[in-house]
Amino acid sequence: MTREQLMAFVTELLPASKPGTCKQFPEFILPVDGIYPLALKLNENPETNMDYLFCLTAADRKDGLHVIYHLTSSESNHPVMLRVVLPDKANPVIPSVSKIWKAAEFYEREVFDLFGIRFENHPDLRRIFLDDDWVGFPLRKDYKDEFTLQS
Amino acid sequence: MEEAVIDIDLKEREEYIINMGPQHPSTHGVLRLETCLQGEKVKYIIPHCGYIHRGIEKISEKLTYPQLLHLTDRMDYLSAHINNEAVALCVEKAMEVEVSDRVKYIRTILAELNRIASHQLWWSAFGMDLGALTTFFYGMRDREKIMDIFEETTGSRLIQSFITPGGLMCDIHPNFQKRVKEFIKYFRTKLPEYDDLLTGNVIFHERTKGIGVLSKEDAINYAVTGPSGRASGFHCDIRKIEPYSAYPLVKFNEITFTEGDTYHRYLVRMEEMRESMSIIEQLIDNIPEGAIMLELKAIKAPKGDFYQRAETARGELGVFIVSDGGPSPARIKYRSPNFSNLFVLNKLAAGHKIADLMAISGSLDLVIPDIDR
Amino acid sequence: MGIEIKSVPYADFNDNEALEELKKGGSNVFVSSMDAIINWGRSNSVWPLTFATSCCGIEMMAAGAARHDFARFGIEVYRATPRQADVIVVAGTIVRKMAPVLKRLYDQMADPKYVIAMGACAVSGGPFYYNSYSVIRGVDQVIPVDVFIPGCPPRPEALLYGVMQLQRKIKAQSLSKTESNLEAPKLEEKALENEVQPDQNPAS
Repeated sequence: MTREQLMAFVTELLPASKPGTCKQFPEFILPVDGIYPLALKLNENPETNMDYLFCLTAADRKDGLHVIYHLTSSESNHPVMLRVVLPDKANPVIPSVSKIWKAAEFYEREVFDLFGIRFENHPDLRRIFLDDDWVGFPLRKDYKDEFTLQS
Repeated sequence: MEEAVIDIDLKEREEYIINMGPQHPSTHGVLRLETCLQGEKVKYIIPHCGYIHRGIEKISEKLTYPQLLHLTDRMDYLSAHINNEAVALCVEKAMEVEVSDRVKYIRTILAELNRIASHQLWWSAFGMDLGALTTFFYGMRDREKIMDIFEETTGSRLIQSFITPGGLMCDIHPNFQKRVKEFIKYFRTKLPEYDDLLTGNVIFHERTKGIGVLSKEDAINYAVTGPSGRASGFHCDIRKIEPYSAYPLVKFNEITFTEGDTYHRYLVRMEEMRESMSIIEQLIDNIPEGAIMLELKAIKAPKGDFYQRAETARGELGVFIVSDGGPSPARIKYRSPNFSNLFVLNKLAAGHKIADLMAISGSLDLVIPDIDR
Repeated sequence: MGIEIKSVPYADFNDNEALEELKKGGSNVFVSSMDAIINWGRSNSVWPLTFATSCCGIEMMAAGAARHDFARFGIEVYRATPRQADVIVVAGTIVRKMAPVLKRLYDQMADPKYVIAMGACAVSGGPFYYNSYSVIRGVDQVIPVDVFIPGCPPRPEALLYGVMQLQRKIKAQSLSKTESNLEAPKLEEKALENEVQPDQNPAS
C-alpha cells in the first residue's frame, strides 16, 4: 500500500488518530485506548498484513512519555509509525500488544524497566536489565542517583 | 500397583533447575540461562540478561553525534563497521546530506569484510561449542588476515570507529585494494576446507539436522531477523528491502531456506560468506575518486524523528533518533537484532537435550553486549 | 606484601640479576632455593578462568589462537571452573549487576590466585566512565588486581606483555612471607549495594 492509502486506511479505522510530522514513515498519533484495536486490525487485515513489529520504544519528552511503535509487513515494505502520548508521568499505563506480536512482550519489558510505563495485560511485566530491587527508572530525564559521575 | 506409584513420583522428582552462566564457556558473553531440566531434557529456559547493561542509550544523550559513534562499536563489536554505518546514515538522513560515491563504495566494502570476519568467528566458536576445537584455530587464522587489512587502513583490529557522519575518518591505505584482492583469492581456497571439516561431517549432521526448528510464522512474530530468520524463510535482508550505501549497485542473492533448523542456520552463514566475497569483488576495482569527508559546519540533526535500518551480521539493526535540533540527541534507541533473537530460545530448546541447547544457542549467534547495550 | 613492579625494560626480562634485585628482603638459602623452584613452576603454568564479558574477550580469544599463541607462555588451557584456575583475566566491562558474581568467582578460586585487569573498562571504566548509571569504574573496586593492561581493546601482544609482567611478579614472590600478594582494597560500598546474599543452594 502506498503512503496515501495507508493514511486513508488508518484514519477510516480510527477517526481519533491524528497524522504526525515524520517525513520518513506515515506517522499517526493515537489515543491510549485506540492502540490495541488499531494494532489488531493492522495485523489481521490482508491488505496491510502488519505482522512484523520491528521497534517498540519510548521517549521522555516535555509533554509526557511517548510510546512509539514501528510496524511493517513481512511481504511488502510499507512501514508505519504509531505514537501514543501519555501525559501522566507519575502513573503511565497503556494496553499491551504482546498478544498480537510475541516480540512485543520483551520490548515492553525493556520499556517498563527503563521508563516505568506499565503495560496492561502483559503476561510477565518485570525488570529485564536492572536488578529487581533497583529504585527509579534511569532513562527518564529526571532520574538522579549518587552513583553516576556526571561529566 | 505400588511400583507404578513409585515410578510416577520419581519421574516428577527428576525435574530440577540449574543455572547456566553468567560465567560459562559457551554462553558467548554474560548471559544467565535458568534452565529447568527433567533428566537431560530441557523443559523450559528463562534467559536473564542485564549483566553487561552499560546504559549506552543514556550516556549518548550527553554526547554529540560524532562522540556517540564510538560507543556504538562496542555494542555488537563483531559488526563494528556496520553499527557505525547505521548511525552515520541516520544522521546524514536527518541532515539531508549525501556522501560521495567513493565513501559509499568503501563503506560497503568494509561492511562486507566485517560480515565475513564475524561469520568466521561465529564458525570458530560454533565448532568449539560442539566440541570440534580445530575449527577455532582454522577460523581465527583466517580472520587474522582481515584484521591485518583493517589495521592497515583504520588503525585498529576490532573497534575502529572509522565510518563517521559525513564520510570516513581518513582515506584508505594505498595497499587496501591489493590486500583485499589477495585475501579473497586466499579465502576462496579455504572455504572448501571449512566444508570438509564441519558441513559434510556425519556427527555434525546428527547434532544439527532437525534440531531447534523455527517456523516462518514464529520467526516473524518473534521478530527474529538475520541469518536465523532467513533460514526459516523470512525474507528480512535489509540490503534488499531498503538498500543503502552501494548496495543498489551490486548483484547478490539473498540466501533463504525453509526448514529453519540448526543445520540450515549454519548453511545460511556459510553461503553468506561467499555472497559477501562476490559483493566485494564487484566493488573493489571500481572505487571512484571523490571526497572522503563532507564539509559540514556543525553536525546537528534538525527537529524530528529519524530511523535507519541496517543489516549487521546478526540481523536488522535500527537506529532511532529523536532530536530537538541540537548537537546531541534527545533520545537515541538502538533496535538490536540480538535482543529479539535471544527470546526465541525457549521455544526452540524446549523438549531437546541439554547438548542440543548448545548447538541451538550457537547457531543463533548471539553477542550479549548487543542485547543489553 | 607491596612489591612494586614498574614497567620493566625489555632487556631486563631475561636478566637474572634484575630478578635478584627485586628480592630485596633476602631470605635463608633453603627457602630461597625452594622459592625459585616453586615460583618457576607457578609462573610458567598460569591457567586462566574462561571469563570475558565484552569486546576484550575477542582479543583474548585472538591471543589464544594460532597467530599470537599464548600456550607458549604456559597458558595451556582455560579452565571453566574457578576452583581449578590460577588467574582471572577480567576482559570487559563490569557492571553493578555483575560485580557480586565476579566477587563470588574470585572468592571461589584457590590461593595463589592472580587477577589481570584487561582493557580500559576493567582498568577504570573506560569509555563508560562518565554518565553511566551502572558501570563500575575499575574492577579494582571489587577485587584486588595484579596487572593492569590499558587499551580499548588492547592488542593481543599487549595481553602477552601483561602476562609476562605477571610472570615476573610471581617469580619475585617468596614462601616466607604471606601468601596473599596484595592488601585487599577498600571495597566500594556502593558497588556491592545490590549484592544478592549467596544462598546455600549448591545448584545455583
